[in-house]
Amino acid sequence: MHEGSGAWQLVVSGDPALYAIVRLSLAVSLSAVALAALVGLPLGGALALARFPGRGVLIVIINAFMGLPPVVVGLAVYLLLSRSGPLGDYGLLFTPTAMVIAQAILITPIIAALTRQTVEDLWLEYRDEMNAMGVTPFARLATLLYDARIALVTAMLAGFGRAAAEVGAVMIVGGNIDGFTRTMTTAIALETSKGDLPLAMGLGLVLLAIVLAVNASAWGLRVFAERRIG
Amino acid sequence: MRAPAPDLPLMFENVSLRAGDTLLLRDIDLIIRPGAPTLLVGPNGAGKSTLLRLAMGLVAPTLGAVTWGGSPDPAPRRRAMLFQRPVMLRRSAGANLIYALKHAGVARDVWPARVRDLLERVGLEHVAQRPARKLLGGEQQRLALARALARDPEILLLDEPTANLDPAATRAVEEIVLNAAASGVKILMASHDLGQVRRLAGEVCFLVAGRLHEKAAAEVFFQHPQSPLTQAFLRGDLVMET
Ligand SMILES: Nc1ncnc2c1ncn2[C@@H]1O[C@H](COP(=O)(O)OP(=O)(O)O)[C@@H](O)[C@H]1O
Ligand SMILES: [Mg+2]
Repeated sequence: MHEGSGAWQLVVSGDPALYAIVRLSLAVSLSAVALAALVGLPLGGALALARFPGRGVLIVIINAFMGLPPVVVGLAVYLLLSRSGPLGDYGLLFTPTAMVIAQAILITPIIAALTRQTVEDLWLEYRDEMNAMGVTPFARLATLLYDARIALVTAMLAGFGRAAAEVGAVMIVGGNIDGFTRTMTTAIALETSKGDLPLAMGLGLVLLAIVLAVNASAWGLRVFAERRIG
Repeated sequence: MRAPAPDLPLMFENVSLRAGDTLLLRDIDLIIRPGAPTLLVGPNGAGKSTLLRLAMGLVAPTLGAVTWGGSPDPAPRRRAMLFQRPVMLRRSAGANLIYALKHAGVARDVWPARVRDLLERVGLEHVAQRPARKLLGGEQQRLALARALARDPEILLLDEPTANLDPAATRAVEEIVLNAAASGVKILMASHDLGQVRRLAGEVCFLVAGRLHEKAAAEVFFQHPQSPLTQAFLRGDLVMET
């Protein structure tokens, strides 16, 4: 009970330490979504339209990677970025950049797989009309991505939700350094083990609110689209 | 500007189309030239939609050849198609037209004027900003017509464009089609409504079980049908294999 009111106090009083952590978490996860979208949207779209040997295997792999365990991604990125790793010279390990990379890898398959499915369905629906309008193969993808925009934003929200809530990858490649790479999830893990329950619970409340807001946005978007786009 | 290459005459030379084990169309010889509307009639499953898809270049024949203005290149130049169930893009009515104009190669600076003109031709000026997929069935059909006309077609293919419309909406669509025909657009249209065929046709192609059974001027087709099968069809009998 005492911890609970302490947590609430931290949240409503705008505790600077708490909100610094929240800001970093949002910055990292939003950057990761942007990066993942940059790769995942064209990749998923191309996969929906192109036909080549091995396409089925690639689709299965990407679908399977939607459920990548964050700690495994963290470990892989750790090995890449550590001093002796292939990208060790850039000195990125234990920086926010490393956390962005790890989360982007984690959610690129989510965005790519959902994009692939959405664009493929839409292409079936649009194919005859687009061919009859003389749309060139190159222009197809742009049209399909645009007309699938609502579903694609929803996919990005799903990716953001997963990034913001994961702890394994950012813990391993970020190192949970106070004031530098400490995110909501890593802070919760640490503060809980240290016994500082008010901070952990306060961050938990904020994280929960963010996840709720993300899902509410996805819902609102769908309602809006149903009414305004059809 | 657009390529000068014409899409007419549209020519089917000994065309057959096979899907799996079934011949959807067999030995079709047909030349479509500029002139009064050609209506494609026949029972359900006769192959009317399939023939139109070949005419649009959406599928290639298994045997024989389809050519447009003498060329076998299926890329549409000045032809357009209205599908039985048109798909509206997820944008406004006006944006649907702009999309068609853009991909027909129309210069950007004339888009606004062309959109206004097209919307006026189909009586949809008031819905330009509305999401296309939120329009009523008849409005969507007229918008799809405008979108086809945006290609400034020499030949317009229509697949039972009024099958799901009430009489008022049907009349609106028929008027637009007749206006297009009057302005020189060749119409090739499938219909199973003989009343509609009487109202629109200059020429009738009667398709049965994938075969072009009879092709005649509309008057001849209705007044002096040549074969017993055509006579049976006009009486309203169910006609099947020849
Ligand atoms: N892709 C396809 N594969 C197999 N059969 C088809 C295919 N498309 C159409 N058919 C069949 O071909 C026949 C002709 O169809 P269709 O051209 O739609 O006739 P209509 O438009 O005159 O009703 C029908 O029996 C239909 O079931
Ligand atoms: Mg049909």
